[in-house]
This record gives sequence, C-alpha cells and structure tokens, in this order.
Amino acid sequence: MTYESAAAFAQTSGLLYFVGIFAAACLYAFWPRNRARFDAAAHLPLIED
Amino acid sequence: MVPAPVPKHLTEGEAGLGLALLVGALLCGLASARVVDRPFAIHMSLFALAGLAGLAVILKRYEGRPALAPAQEIDGKPNYNLGPIKVACVAAMIWGIAGFLVGCIIAFQLWAPALNLGLEYTSFGRLRPLHTSAVIFAFGGNVLIGTSLYVVQRTCRARLAGDLAPWFVVLGYNLFIVIAGTGYLMGVTQSKEYAEPEWYADLWLTIVWGTYLVVFLATLWKRKEPHIFVANWFYLAFIVTIAMLHVVNNLALPVTVFGSKSYPIFSGVQDALVQWWYGHNAVGFFLTAGFLAIMYYFVPKRAERPIYSYRLSIIHFWTLIFMYIWAGPHHLHYTALPDWAQTLGMTFSIMLWMPSWGGMINGLMTLSGAWDKLRTDPVLRFMVVSLAFYGMATFEGPMMSIKAVNALSHYTDWTIGHVHSGALGWVAYISFGALYCLVPWLWNRRDLYSLKLVEWHFWISTLGIVLYISSMWVAGIMQGLMWRAYNALGFLEYSFVETVEAMQPYYLVRALGGVLFLIGALIMAYNLAMTIAGRTSAANAPLGDTLSGPAGLAPAE
Repeated sequence: MTYESAAAFAQTSGLLYFVGIFAAACLYAFWPRNRARFDAAAHLPLIED
Repeated sequence: MVPAPVPKHLTEGEAGLGLALLVGALLCGLASARVVDRPFAIHMSLFALAGLAGLAVILKRYEGRPALAPAQEIDGKPNYNLGPIKVACVAAMIWGIAGFLVGCIIAFQLWAPALNLGLEYTSFGRLRPLHTSAVIFAFGGNVLIGTSLYVVQRTCRARLAGDLAPWFVVLGYNLFIVIAGTGYLMGVTQSKEYAEPEWYADLWLTIVWGTYLVVFLATLWKRKEPHIFVANWFYLAFIVTIAMLHVVNNLALPVTVFGSKSYPIFSGVQDALVQWWYGHNAVGFFLTAGFLAIMYYFVPKRAERPIYSYRLSIIHFWTLIFMYIWAGPHHLHYTALPDWAQTLGMTFSIMLWMPSWGGMINGLMTLSGAWDKLRTDPVLRFMVVSLAFYGMATFEGPMMSIKAVNALSHYTDWTIGHVHSGALGWVAYISFGALYCLVPWLWNRRDLYSLKLVEWHFWISTLGIVLYISSMWVAGIMQGLMWRAYNALGFLEYSFVETVEAMQPYYLVRALGGVLFLIGALIMAYNLAMTIAGRTSAANAPLGDTLSGPAGLAPAE
C-alpha cells in the first residue's frame, strides 16, 4: 500500500464517518417527533422536588 | 403498634470495602518496609494509614447508623445523598486556594529566580506541576465530582447509587491528590505533562475513577426521569474519556514494585503523540466537557430560564466529543511527528471552533429574557463571563493551532496566556458560579452570606485575569518575534537571555494579576464559610427572590 492510497482511503472514509455522525446527530436533534421531548428536557433543571 | 426492631448487620459493601482497605493497608505497610527510595516509603505509609483510617471510619459509621439503609424516597420525593458532595465542595475551595497560591509563588520565581530559595523542594520544576495539578485536578476535579454527583441525582430524580461508593470516590480522589502533590515536592514524577504522578498513584486513581464511573452509571440506571439530561451526557463523556486517556497514557513498567520509578512503554515520537493525545483531551474532556455539563445545569438554574436550544445542545455534544479526540497533534507542530498527523490535528482544532461556539451561544442565549439579572446577580455574572472567556479561548486555540501561527506562538508565553484565559476565565469562573450556587443549596441556606463580597470577588479577580492574560500575550508575542529576528547578515538578532530579560516586567504584571485572583478566591472562601456557618450579612442586597435553591420557587411548568 502506497502512502497515496493509504491517505486517499483515510481521507475518504474519515469524511464519510464524520459527515455520517453529524447527519445522524442532526436527524436525531431535528426529528419532528422528538420536539416535545426536547422542549420538556430544556426545562429539566428548573423542576423542583 | 411498635414495629419490631430490625437487627443491624454490616452490609456487603461495608464488609467488603473494610476488608479491602485492611488488606491494602497491610500490603502497603509491608511494602513500606523494604522499599528502594524514601518518597515511596512515605507514600506506602500514607496509603497504609489512609486504609486503616478508612476502616476505622467505616466501623464508627456502622456504630452510629440506623439498621436500615437510607430510604430512596421520603414522602414520594427522592432522598438525595449530599454528604460526599459537601466534602467535594469544601475540598475544591481549599485546593483552589492552595493551587492559586503556588501559582503566584512560581510566577514570582520567574520574575526573581532567587525566590527558588536554593532548595530542591521549592524549585520551579517541582512547584510547577504542584500548581497545575492543584488547580486542574484538585480544584477542578473536586468541582467536577461534586457537581456531577449533584446534577445526576437531581436531573434523574433519584438518590445516588451506592452507600459507601460515593464516599470512596470523593475521599479516594483526594487521597490521590495528596499522593500526587507530595510526590512532586519530593521529586517523584514520570515527566508527562498533566500526568506526572508515578505508576502506583496512577493505579489508585484507576480504581477510584472506575468506581466513579460505576456510581454515575448506576445512578443513571435507576433514574425516575425517562430522559437523560444533556449535562449527564457531558459528565459521562468526561468520566469515560478520562478513564481511557488515563489508562493508555500511563501504561508504564515500574523498575521495581518497591520503588517509585517507572518507564512508559512508549518511546520517542509515539510517546509524544500518546502524551498529547492525553494532554489535549485532558483539556477537551476534563476542562471542557465536564464544565460544559456545569453550564447546562447551573446557568438555566440560576437564570431561571430553560436551555435556549436543547436541540443545539445535542448537536453540540456529539460534534464536540467526536472532534476533540483528534486535536492533540497540534501540540507537536514542526516535530518528528509525521507532517500529515500535524495537519490532521490542526484541521480538527479549527473545526472545533464551531461546536465550541455553538455551546457558548447556547449558554449565553439561555439568558434571553433574563439579561437584567446580570446587573443584580454577581453569581450569574461569573457564569456569563466564563462563557465569554470560553468563547475567546476556543477562538484563540484553533487560531494558535494553525501551523503558521504556531510557528510564532509555540514555546512562548502566549501559550501560557491562552491556557490561563481558559483556566482562569472559563474553568475557574464557571466553577466559582457553581460553588456559589451549590453551597447554599447543599447546606440548606436561603442565600449566600454576602452578595456584596461576590461582587468584590468578581471585580478583583476579573482585573487579575486581564492583567494576567494581556501581559502574557505581550510577553509571548514579543518573545516569539525576538526569537525569529535576524540581522542584516543573517545572524540571530537576540541571544536567548536577552529575550528573558525583555520579559521580566511582564512577569511581574502577571504575578500581580495572579495575586488579585488569589485575593478574590480568599474572599470567596470566607463568604462560603460564613454561608455554611448560617450567617447572613446585614449588607446583603435584598435579592432573595432572584435566588432559587432546591427549596426556592421555580417557574410553573
């Protein structure tokens, strides 16, 4: 394996890996069905018991 | 009808931990008898004494405790376990003052080297790790452990898991601090920055940290609140990553199990890479992720506002933890580390700017609708200024990781200025804010002893930070420029000692800035001590209605 092919593999797979993580985090955060849950969670520190 | 008395037994935990402490104490006592160096003998004796003291405390506690374990809930409300948290808060304050004081001493030593006193114990080389470990691990670590054990209980609405385990975590961690700090003074070091303690201290910390992780996870496991709050994610990332970093970076072989000296299993550039993979993630996960968890709980709580965007906090979390781990190589620009690895570290450092500022904006915007409180509540002001410093430091850091900038900044005092704008401005200020909140809550006081004193603390220490970082910026950039100045014939313009001479006045300004920061912390310690004592200053501003502790008022949901 040459340096160039190793670098190409690392760069391509790294790009896909990080874009994938970012996309997954965004999908989870913005998924419409999660909205109510997250809005409630934003108030969690304020709940007293 | 009188209920039948429940017979009292030692719990499995009490018996098990007591036995473990006894066996450990005996082993350490035996080891201390045939050691090859004196610091190791002292430390083994210290471990043995601590083990016996622990055993005595367990037995004494057993005598005094009721037969039944503390209730998980009282009248349908969680019965929070606050004892270990109180100890962590007090320890944080004491270690903080010690760490700031040693920082001032070594700052004056740089200005006047005679202040080394010609003694090995007070030389800069030994006091410097004492300072860094005292402020990062002793002060910061106790704040993180204390706040995490508090936040996880309240946001899970469940009592802390374990009976002795949380105590073991807090006291065991502070024993590690004592072993590490006394070791530095006696010259025990493995010479890894921010990981100076030798193999036996590292092993002890591994046990303590593993217990911490188990306590935290077990508390999450028994939570009553279905959603795991974002602060707990940050705390968990901090605990898990520090465990991983600590174990890998400290892989070492002791010369003998009866001596303090060990050698890392890595060598050369591999060792350097592992060291800075550890070192930068100590910044990323110890000094950032953990304190961001504090931000996500304490800023909303104090401002009485919900988190500005919970969705942003989720993206903030996942992007931050997946990027930070790659940034370490920027500490090794222009070294034997392969060029591509340096570029990789630089690239990730620059990308980190985005999640960092996303988090900062999320924290700051949490004040929307409550900005007026900045005028009246100095505790909230500490937290908001900490976020401003966080924003500054996380802009400056990526900039300094760029190779061309690093060529000027590296090995100069600019780095020291950068670190302290993050450490004093961000980490210490958010910690001060959290401690000012926590102490009245934990000791069930309506309010702090004096908000006036918090004001004094705020302004004195802010002035100190400004003196500190601006003098280090000037000194560092001047130093870097002097190092690279050539004359018309292509020779270096300045000798090294000329650069040192040029920096002397800035060293004095820096040391004075540090003294102001220390004075602020002493004011804080007095204020907190009076709060714990249950005193209220007559001059306290009538702000009771803006402060809400666990017993205070909260907006309707």
